[in-house]
Amino acid sequence: MSVSERPSALPVACTLPKDHLLKRHIAMRHRVGRIWYFLFLLSTIVGIIALTALLYNIVNQSFGLVAVQNTVEPETLTINGVPLEELTREQLVSILEQYVSKGVMRRLESEIPFAMRSRDNIYQLVQERVIRPEILMSWQLVDSVFHREEIAAFIVENYPSARLQFRAWLNPDFIRRPQSSVPALAGVRTAILGSLWVISITILVAFPLGLGAAIYLEEYASDNVVNRIIQTNINNLAGVPSIIYGILGLAVFVRALEPLTSGVIFGVNDPTTANGRTVLSASLTLALLVLPLLIINAQEAIRAVPRSLREGSYALGATKWETIWHHVLPSAMPGVLTGTILAISRAIGETAPLVVVGASTFVSLDPNGPFSKFTTLPVQIYQWTSRPQDQFRNLAGAAILVLLFLLLSLNAGAVLLRNRYSRRIQGIS
Amino acid sequence: MGESVIQGFLLFSGAISILTTLGIVFVLGRESWLFFGSGQVDLREFLTTTVWQPAIDRFGILPLVNATFMTTTIAMLVAIPLGLSVAIYLSEYASARARSLLKPILEVLAGIPTVVYGYFALTFMTPLLRSIFGRDVVQIYNTASAGIVMGILILPLISSMSEDALSAVPRSLREASYALGATKLETAVQVVVPAALSGITAAFIVGISRAIGETMIVAIAAGAGPAFTFNPFKAAETMTGHIVRISGGDLSYDSIDYNSIFAIGLLLFFITLTLNVISRWFVQRFREVYE
Amino acid sequence: MTIFTDTMANSSLSLPIMEPRDADCVIEARGVNVYYGDFRAVKDITIKIQRRKITAIIGPSGCGKSTLLRTFNRMNDLIPGSCVEGEVFFEGCNIYDRDVDPVEVRRRIGMVFQKPNPFPKSIYENVAWGARINGFRGDMDALVEQSLRQAALWDEVKDHLRASALTLSGGQQQRLCIARAIAIQPEVILMDEPASALDPIATLKIEDLMRELVRDYTIIIVTHNMQEAARVSDYTAFLMMDKDRAGMLVEYGPTDQVFTTPRDKRTEDYITGRFG
Repeated sequence: MSVSERPSALPVACTLPKDHLLKRHIAMRHRVGRIWYFLFLLSTIVGIIALTALLYNIVNQSFGLVAVQNTVEPETLTINGVPLEELTREQLVSILEQYVSKGVMRRLESEIPFAMRSRDNIYQLVQERVIRPEILMSWQLVDSVFHREEIAAFIVENYPSARLQFRAWLNPDFIRRPQSSVPALAGVRTAILGSLWVISITILVAFPLGLGAAIYLEEYASDNVVNRIIQTNINNLAGVPSIIYGILGLAVFVRALEPLTSGVIFGVNDPTTANGRTVLSASLTLALLVLPLLIINAQEAIRAVPRSLREGSYALGATKWETIWHHVLPSAMPGVLTGTILAISRAIGETAPLVVVGASTFVSLDPNGPFSKFTTLPVQIYQWTSRPQDQFRNLAGAAILVLLFLLLSLNAGAVLLRNRYSRRIQGIS
Repeated sequence: MGESVIQGFLLFSGAISILTTLGIVFVLGRESWLFFGSGQVDLREFLTTTVWQPAIDRFGILPLVNATFMTTTIAMLVAIPLGLSVAIYLSEYASARARSLLKPILEVLAGIPTVVYGYFALTFMTPLLRSIFGRDVVQIYNTASAGIVMGILILPLISSMSEDALSAVPRSLREASYALGATKLETAVQVVVPAALSGITAAFIVGISRAIGETMIVAIAAGAGPAFTFNPFKAAETMTGHIVRISGGDLSYDSIDYNSIFAIGLLLFFITLTLNVISRWFVQRFREVYE
Repeated sequence: MTIFTDTMANSSLSLPIMEPRDADCVIEARGVNVYYGDFRAVKDITIKIQRRKITAIIGPSGCGKSTLLRTFNRMNDLIPGSCVEGEVFFEGCNIYDRDVDPVEVRRRIGMVFQKPNPFPKSIYENVAWGARINGFRGDMDALVEQSLRQAALWDEVKDHLRASALTLSGGQQQRLCIARAIAIQPEVILMDEPASALDPIATLKIEDLMRELVRDYTIIIVTHNMQEAARVSDYTAFLMMDKDRAGMLVEYGPTDQVFTTPRDKRTEDYITGRFG
């Protein structure tokens, strides 16, 4: 039964496939469809493989065999049979005096007097200056598991005095220890504290400004040219590369506002801070960076507050600000906070602007305020990654695990917040 | 009285963004002015010559621009086909269950800091490329490795923006297509994708802008040292990589080096700003058709 | 092995090519139930659609008219969670058989929707696209012109075929959708309230067009407008919700008979406007 058999008003001969041809044609189209479906699926799988490879690579670098050689074995450092770990401060200092030259002792004393150093700090010095563990070689996790015998034989042959041991580069000491130029003793304590300082101040500055701008744009701004320019401008700022913010921070906060950011006008006169390359400069730079993000998220949250809520408040004679403060903000807050957390995760992972603003390459002392020199976790990862030695790659891997854990906890927080919020809304309705 | 103080603060908050933009333009413009006014370099030389060696007063930005172009091109060669395919799969093929499983994975990929991607490029992608193409062919630092990993970084951005655009295409168009006897592929590729084209174009442009401004991956994996080369397996420093390397060291203010990063920054700012404005224009157009 | 190839051959011949047993019946539904999740939208419908006639499906809103129409070309397959029970025979072959390809069904049974939904392409491309993907070889310009002429749109658009279809008015867009549907030369055209979004003049044009098209095609039209059904259709099916809100067929027959001497009390109530 086909169209052209009938006497009809169709002048064009039917040249569409019919009957068997039609079925063959459709079958062919389905074959093409299946090939492309497979390609689309494959692309999605490639994305998953990339994520897997990334995580595998990091874990692979963060654990594995190492060949360690100590200059002085810790077993020989016992005093009256008491092992090194249990010695008192004074005993540790005496060990230092015994092994370290007078000149070095004087230098250490002038940096921070021994009397003011904690036991942990002196213990760290004993490890660095006396035991001086040196990691001669390190292997990745997969090699360590599958080629253990070959590696062991290699060590016996080439480094008879070294010990082969399995090392988790990510370990409690790694979190506790400050940075060190000896890979075996290096840790991320200073970097974590630096990140926390920088982020805290970033939030303190960016949150009120971001929320304020969002309230202004959503509640106060009339639809005129100026406000439209502000809105467009915020959207465009969100797309400016982060390194540009770094350059801005370098010129404005580090250089032009140096008296402020170095703390000189507050009477802080820390000799270690030679210029404006401080926690404060970094925080202000990051604050500008996340501000557009924060504003856009907060605007969305405020926009989602139903009109009826506002009208109900006005009907009771409330002023504009009372309405916003007592009704709009409380219902918008969960959304605002979720957006803030996302902005913070962005800021925690930022590296480039901080390098430009002048994160220090080596900070072994804890940052203790907004005017300290600083390094942060991602900057530390960057610096370790750019070193050629394998051991620093292992350290970077372990530091990445710490960073990812931090980000994961933050995002889990955001998800929890979102869920709780949506439950509460359901509870209302 | 109290309310006007509060309103003042709110207005100030809104104005901060304008100040930021003005700050960027002023700072970049002023230092660039000093750079070009120093007498050691003129604009024509800056934009057209191929040697960047501040030590001997040669400031041709082309090697840096070229390296940026190389990494961006490679990144987009990876991210555009993969990102669009993922978007089509998620929006047209995947079941609700598969979608709810895959989208968080892509979000995780998008949330990983770029320094981690840089690490991934240097410690995974580069060794992989070297084992495939040979250690003599592929240098330790190369634009291919940085570009490919950058593509993976940008993939979620493109796929999620494109998927938003595809999902916004009304169901009635898909039904019209199926009612004409179209297969799923024909509907997806010949009806839905063209209907979402301006949204997808916006995604591509944002992706390109992101790739041009991306810093840490290239700073770690692409190489430290300007080189004018089209070989993706050779080291070459991008604009962003150069800024990071120069400012990462101890930089003395008012040196020509210091000023040069502002000139590079200015160029970078204008390129990305232009791309973002174009992208927003496309999004606007897409919205006008369907909302 | 032989069995395997046999089934392969069968599946490629999903709709057997044969003369229908009942030459006047194109589509026959037997005991059709449609579910959306747990909700039964259409209940136990059996109906025979006559060749080259206009059959109108009428009934109060929400009674499953559109749902029933969409079972005839398997459009319900596209709605997640929907499920069709029963049999729908098209030219003597059950289109819900497992090895029937919905693409082929829809290629042979075209559809026009309630809201005009032209592709955001040119007018020309809207008409040509369906034919092209279905393997049309020949003079595309002629096909486009003929389809537009049949849809009574040619004179209005012939000078700007390359313009976007979205620039047309609602009535023109709907006639373009009809042109698009007939360009692939289907055997049946389903129309889901094609005039409901249009003004009276455009509606009139669409109705005239249907009377024109029925010389070549079988047309099934869903409408909530009884006057329209009375004006254009040859047969009328009246659907109504039962107490579970599932649509069921109350009465089916020649339009004259249904509207003048309805057999069922409920039909009479409905067409005289006593409820609905």
